[in-house]
Amino acid sequence: MGLFILRRLGVMILTALCLTFIVFWLTNLYPNLEKLAKTQGNFRMSDEAVSSYLGDRGYLQPMPVKFGQWLGVMPGWVTEKDDGKTFGRCFSEGTPEDERPTRCGILQGDWGFSTVFKDEVGSTLLTRLALTGKLMFWVLMLMVPSALIVGVLAGMREGSKLDRSLSTFSIATTATPEYVSGVIFIAVLASSKFGLSPILAEWGWIDSKTLFFGSATSAMDDANFWNFFLPVLTISLYGMGYIARMTRASMTEVMTAQYIRTARLKGVKFSDIVLKHALRNALIAPFTVIMLQIPWLLNGVVIVETLFNYKGFGWLLVQAASNNDIELLLAVSVVSVVVVLVTQLISDIGYVYLNPRIRIS
Amino acid sequence: MEPLTWTGSLSGLNIIFTAVLVLLALGIVAQILISFVPQTDARAVAGDGTMASNQGASGFINMIVNYLFYALVGITLIYLVLGVVMGTGAGILGGMARQFLPVWTALIVTFVLSITFKRKLGLYGKLFDSTVGMIGFAIVMFWVFTGVFGGVFDLLVTHDSLSQVSGMKNKLPGTPLRGAEEGDYQWFLLGGDNLARDVFSRLIKGSWVVVKIAPFATLFAFMVGITLGLPAGYYGGRLDTILSFLANLILAFPVILLFYLLVTPEIVLTGIPNYMALFLFIFPLVFLAILLNSRFYTQPSFRTPLLIVVLGVGAWLYLSMVSSDGTIVETPTYSIPGIPAALDLFDIGSGILVVFVSVVFVNSPTVFRIVRGLALDIKTRDYVAAAQTRGEGPWYIMLWEILPNARGPLIVDFCLRIGYTTILLGTLGFFGLGLESESPDWGSTINAGRRLLSLYPHAAIAPALSLLSLVLGLNLLADGLREESLRD
Repeated sequence: MGLFILRRLGVMILTALCLTFIVFWLTNLYPNLEKLAKTQGNFRMSDEAVSSYLGDRGYLQPMPVKFGQWLGVMPGWVTEKDDGKTFGRCFSEGTPEDERPTRCGILQGDWGFSTVFKDEVGSTLLTRLALTGKLMFWVLMLMVPSALIVGVLAGMREGSKLDRSLSTFSIATTATPEYVSGVIFIAVLASSKFGLSPILAEWGWIDSKTLFFGSATSAMDDANFWNFFLPVLTISLYGMGYIARMTRASMTEVMTAQYIRTARLKGVKFSDIVLKHALRNALIAPFTVIMLQIPWLLNGVVIVETLFNYKGFGWLLVQAASNNDIELLLAVSVVSVVVVLVTQLISDIGYVYLNPRIRIS
Repeated sequence: MEPLTWTGSLSGLNIIFTAVLVLLALGIVAQILISFVPQTDARAVAGDGTMASNQGASGFINMIVNYLFYALVGITLIYLVLGVVMGTGAGILGGMARQFLPVWTALIVTFVLSITFKRKLGLYGKLFDSTVGMIGFAIVMFWVFTGVFGGVFDLLVTHDSLSQVSGMKNKLPGTPLRGAEEGDYQWFLLGGDNLARDVFSRLIKGSWVVVKIAPFATLFAFMVGITLGLPAGYYGGRLDTILSFLANLILAFPVILLFYLLVTPEIVLTGIPNYMALFLFIFPLVFLAILLNSRFYTQPSFRTPLLIVVLGVGAWLYLSMVSSDGTIVETPTYSIPGIPAALDLFDIGSGILVVFVSVVFVNSPTVFRIVRGLALDIKTRDYVAAAQTRGEGPWYIMLWEILPNARGPLIVDFCLRIGYTTILLGTLGFFGLGLESESPDWGSTINAGRRLLSLYPHAAIAPALSLLSLVLGLNLLADGLREESLRD
């Protein structure tokens, strides 16, 4: 088991390195750098001005060298200008000679400087991650139990009316991407002119103009049911159908097993069979699915945060990518890649741990 | 002119429709509730030895629900048929029903022909034995016909999808066209968007963008996945390790991040999408060449001309696809010449090419994993061992023994994956990546409409519901196919 985890960790680190290098390479292509120089300097820069700007700031070094500097395994660039000014990757102009660190990269905990937010990348990332963490927590709290309940209820009597209704429901949710369900929810529940809100307001059941809020910006500081439920529901629905279908498949398989039949023949109550005999075995497969679903939730987070204007990690990704904020984008991709790989690792380990039939020596 | 209501002079039917709908919902709830109560079997043995059981309460409710369902379908048909007959006299729905007349005709012809000959049509014919499959197929074909008739032949649209009409900005569905002349369609059936364009016409034009990109992109992804997945599963070893690592690498990328990295104007400027197109589009060609060669290599006199013809046509199509204006890769500093524009069969706009390439790129690792898993499973079968004993080559075994036996799951996954590709295309449009901002595709339209969502939701709701119905149709179709292919 220890060796297995170690090997998986090794592959994981290799994958993370490859992926970050790809992102690094794509963001550091010359047209991107040119755009960066022009947005940071001015838009009417000549080609020479652009290349001297980029050269001074170490952007024109060979790609592996830049990558090494960003990682912190190679000494950062230092530029000495003709007029005697010296500045480098790790220190600004005017730092005394003996206080200049040689290496500064993510290994040293220096994530760089965001050109969009004019702030340290590390701290920006942390605040946004905390906000998305709140969103994800509630999404999981809503999605996992309801998906499991739907799946177990559908799978305990295969082919029954309940099964068919719930299966149709899960198919419908998997066919509804977040940008569709979000749009429908806002139009029906959070519009002051359409859907339910005007009717409810007319009847005097709600005090405000709309039932739910169409924007979750206020939920960043103070989340309550009315401003936070719609984004959470939107993300949950899309992932829920898939988990429910997997749970249903696993539950139907367990319900046809011999030991369940034995229990039934012994005269055990149906509810006891489901809860005590079937449930634990039926939940092994969904566990893997839930863990693997988390990377997919990341997509949902990006869409929903854009749609509901909730300024979290997904919103940060869109800002970084559309403004070509290289260091912020790199940090964002490192985080998301690590999230994906860690969930994969947990799902593998958890599967081995939960399923007594699998042994890895 | 009066604005149209949703159902016009058929509004008397609405109350019946609502009543049936509510009763049906109640009936289904009752059905579910009663399924928890154990049935008291009342079996009566008749004098002649036959046995009869009464249906009991649950049977009674089932019967009512069935009748209600038929009633609901019937009323919907009445709406449609009367809508076709009365046109806008039957409100917005009637107007739309009449606009869609060519689609209805094509659908009816397809269904009549398919059901008549369903026993001779293999798996496709068997689809018509499953209700779910038929519903899914009907929805999918509805959008396919809409895309083809509306996008290619300009039949269904009421107005130009790009022209802006003054005074129609954000107008509600059914608003009469201001300053309409003789011969113009008199209404904006689904209202106007925030640039005063007709939502209905854009919806139809948008369906063509999806119908032309999604199936082909999925097909290309399948070619890549099959060509790489079969040897990875069959040979195993180092090849498998390397290919699986690469596939996992792409899969570990969050899709949206990948899109943002690949589909920006700066990246397009470097020509990377063109190189990716060069690489990804070659796979169908490779696949076809290996497929035919492994089958006919024992008959060189037949194989050589066949391969020359097939590969010649294939190469021409390939070059037409990857090159536009006589160049394959066009960057500010250098360019790689392709075939001259005179020989170029068709041009794919650079926006569409980028979208196409990135969707194929995102989809192919998943297909690879599925094919690899299937190959790993099937290669242990007896018929593969028999082929190996006969001395067949590895590629023959992979493509003519393993692949045909993996077709069931692959066809099902193909349908699901078209739906997923549709969702991805919508995602790209939603973030304004790739296609031009005035492109009528559903994702871009949702993106444009979401800014005014709480005031004028119709511009975003219409494409959202269309996308939902298409993907749902594909999912139902896949479900029907799975059911029927398991029955073999």
